[in-house]
Parts: sequence; C-alpha cells; structure tokens
Amino acid sequence: MLELKNISYTVDDNHEIIKNISLKIDGGFTVITGPNGGGKSTLAKIIAGIITPTEGKIYLDGEDITDLSITERAQKGVSFAFQQPVKFKGITVRDLLTLASGKTIDFNGACNILSEVGLCARDYINREVNASLSGGELKRIEIAMIIARGTKLSIFDEPEAGIDLWSFNSLIKVFDRMHEKINGSIIIISHQERILKTADRIIVLSGGQITEDGTQETVYPELFDEMRTCGKLEEGGDR
Amino acid sequence: MDQMQLNLLKEIADIHGVPEGAYNIRSNGQSIGRNSTANITIETKTDNPGINIIIAPGTKKESVHIPVIISESGLTDLVYNDFYVGEDCDVTIVAGCGIHNCGDQNSGHDGIHTFHIGKNAKVKYFEKHYGEGDGNGENIMNPTTVVHLEEGAYMEMETAQIKGIDSTNRITKGTCAAGATFIVHEKLMTHGHQFAKTDFAVELNGEDSSANVVSRSVAKDDSRQEFFSDIVGNTKCSGHSECDAIIMDNAVVGASPKLTAASVEASLIHEAAIGKIAGEQLIKLMTLGLTEEEAEEQIVNGFLK
Repeated sequence: MLELKNISYTVDDNHEIIKNISLKIDGGFTVITGPNGGGKSTLAKIIAGIITPTEGKIYLDGEDITDLSITERAQKGVSFAFQQPVKFKGITVRDLLTLASGKTIDFNGACNILSEVGLCARDYINREVNASLSGGELKRIEIAMIIARGTKLSIFDEPEAGIDLWSFNSLIKVFDRMHEKINGSIIIISHQERILKTADRIIVLSGGQITEDGTQETVYPELFDEMRTCGKLEEGGDR
Repeated sequence: MDQMQLNLLKEIADIHGVPEGAYNIRSNGQSIGRNSTANITIETKTDNPGINIIIAPGTKKESVHIPVIISESGLTDLVYNDFYVGEDCDVTIVAGCGIHNCGDQNSGHDGIHTFHIGKNAKVKYFEKHYGEGDGNGENIMNPTTVVHLEEGAYMEMETAQIKGIDSTNRITKGTCAAGATFIVHEKLMTHGHQFAKTDFAVELNGEDSSANVVSRSVAKDDSRQEFFSDIVGNTKCSGHSECDAIIMDNAVVGASPKLTAASVEASLIHEAAIGKIAGEQLIKLMTLGLTEEEAEEQIVNGFLK
C-alpha cells in the first residue's frame, strides 16, 4: 500500500505546487486528473523519487521511503512510465526489457511482453529505442517495460500525451488488459475521458490540492459537469 | 604464442589461436605466422616493412586476418600493408593491434594500410586497437588507412578503440570512383589523460559515388579528443558525416566537420553533436532499479555498441 502523509512541494519562489496532500492507495486502478498546472505530474514524480517533497512522508507497505533514491524505490517495487519516453542511442528494446525485468530476455519472453502492448517481438526486439520509433511505439515500449518489471506500484504519467488517435485506441486496449490482470496498484495521470472510464478510483488534483476523491460513479458525473462549464480538463502537459 | 599474446589476439580480432583462411600474425615487429590460400596471397614487401595482400578477382566469402601484437616495452613498430582486392570480390579483412606494455618505455605501432579495391568488389574491414599493461610506458598507435575504390566498389570499415591507448592519431583517406561506396563507423573511448585525434578525408570523384562517415565517441576523465572530417564532392554524389560524442568529467572534445562541394549535383551533409549524458536517460534507467553508475555504464556501452 502507498501512503502519502502531508506532502507539500514548494519551488524557490515560495510557490506551492503541492499543498499538504495525504492519501492512501491500496491496489486497483487509480486515475489522477485535473487541470493543467494542478500538480499531477509533480505528485507522480514525488512518489517515484524523481522530485523530493519539501514536507511530508511517503510510505510503501508501511516502510518510510521518503528519503530513498529513485533506484532504491524502484528496487522496492515502484515503476514509473514517463510522459515523454526517453530515447537512447544504441540501446535496444531487448536491452531495456532485460534491464526492466532484471533477467535476460529471450525472444519468447520478449514476445510475451511486447504482445501485451500490441507489438510484434520479431519487428521490435532488436530496434534501438531512438527517434526512428514513432511516439506511439515509444509509449508502448515504455509500458512494456512496466509490464516486464511487474512491480507492486506502477505509475503512468500522461500515457496519452503526444500520440495519435490510432495509437491512443491501442493504448486504451492495453490499459483494459492491464486492468483485467491487475496485480498491485496502478496510478495513471491523465486528462483523457476514456482513461478515466477505466478507473476504479478518480482523484482530482487542482491547485496542488485534492478536490475530489472517489469512485468513478461518484466523481465522474460531477467532474464532467464542471468540465463542461469551466473547460478545465484539457489536453497537454502538466507540471 | 603465450597466453598474453593469445589474449591480445582475442581482444583485437576475436580469434582464438590461429585463424582460418589467409592470415599474417605480426608480433614485436616480426611475422610469427602466415598462411596464404588459393585465392589470397600474402607476401613480404621488399621496399618497406610489411606485407602485400593480393586477393584474386572473383574471390567470395573468404577472410584475411592480419593482427599485430606488441608486448615489448620500448618497441615502435612501423608497418606498411597494401591490399590489392580484385574485381567482383566479396571478402572480409580483420586487422587490429594490441599492445601489452608493462615497462617504463613507450610502445607504439604505426600501421599504414592502403587498399586498392577493384571494380564491383565488396570489402568489410574491421580494425580494433587495444592497450593494456601496468607499466609507466605509454601505448601509442597511429593507424593510417588509405582506400581507393574503383567503379562500383564498396567498402565498409568498422574501427574501434575502446581501451588502453594513451595517444593516437587516426587518419583515414578515401577516393571513390563512379558508383563506389565508402562507409566508415568509428567507435572511440578515451579516459585518464589519453588523447585521440581522428582525421577523415574522402573525395567523391565519380558519379553516384557516396560516403558515410559515422563516429561515436566517449571522452572521460581528463582525456582529449579531436575529430576532423572532410568530404569533397567533385561530381553528382552524396556524402554524410556524423560525429556524436558524450563528454564526461573534465574531458575536452573538439569536432570540425568540413564539406566541400565542387559540383551543383553534390549532396553533402554533416552533423556534429557533443554533450553530456542526458539526465533523463539516467533517471529512466534508475527507475528500472539501476544505480546511477550502472545507468551511466549502460548508456555508454549502448552508445558505443
């Protein structure tokens, strides 16, 4: 179980990005949504250890991981999929899957993982994870790494960002499959209605604070009423 | 050969003992083993130290290994190796030099390789330079490769220097006749106080000739690297050079790509990029459970793979 206690994050000019957030996530499919600049991506990076909170504590299965590095958190079972997948020169899909799983991945092993995200191992296993791959392909490889890790907590930061409609449709299918086979907790940062509809729980973050937290049935109608009137949910990056 | 010599051969040419096919193994300035085949003749030069390698026209799927190993501290070996590759050949040539220097004096090897590649011949050429030893003497290598490609000829050259060479001046020159293709892939890593200079110069003289020069390098510690490339297009042709370097610690890297078009039909491109390892790459691999040091090693190894 992930628990955040009184987490705050303030940048140099005393601007509070995250304001005293406390929450518990214990399994299931949680989507964190809200307007741009609300602090969603910052919160995701705080959980993964990429950003250090200025106040508060983070617990994973009861253990205080607040002061642990990115590496240590990863080794304890936290996975993080980037909003913009990172490209490498000379590092192949097989290399990354091997590093992600912590063991040598053979063709069949790669096939099992890549087929989960709709990619054929034969076409991709030896491809470099570089700019020759499209945004949609990179996203799917990013997700494949999370599947290969199979950790207790997986965080996806705006998986829909920067991909076309066709790739997005494939992505939704991937999340549907992940939802069916869910093992541990999955957190998705997203603005997308179709991703929100896959959620067991929706948390709305606005102005660095949680403004809504509940099931899809309770949060979703209110959220979209608000969206229709204010146009708050938008596509695009978040801080 | 003793175990140390065998290890050097493995490092530079990935061979275990005596290679198959034609070969000449040079150790401490002397040939210690040679084999010619029906299609490939290796003979001692009469005008300079070194050998002539003559490959009969039409020779296909054969290989030549000509590794050089030096274990004598203070020895500077100069060798001229000339390759005459007949028309319509398809062959693989493996060269390279390994130095084991446990002494206080500098050891060096200057290998000057000249290739005359006949019409429509295809050559894959591998060259690896490697140094080791715990002495105070430096390991110095100055390889010069000169390539003349006749009409329709093709040469792909892979050259690597990953470890143990304190100073190197690597010169590669080429001329391409009509329809000829010259491809060079260089991998280079320096550390400590090492210095490496790379100097490519290719003249595209024949219609529809092409050259592609790609250099990837990593400079660590206090090492220095200089990269020069000069592609001259004298006719309808295409040329591309790319220098991509990762800089770390206190290293210094310079890149000076140059293009000269002497024809409106010449299409020439150069790219040069020098930068540190991207922070996002380190973070990505750390989210997979690697330490920062392990992530850095993976990124460097991948870059030079």
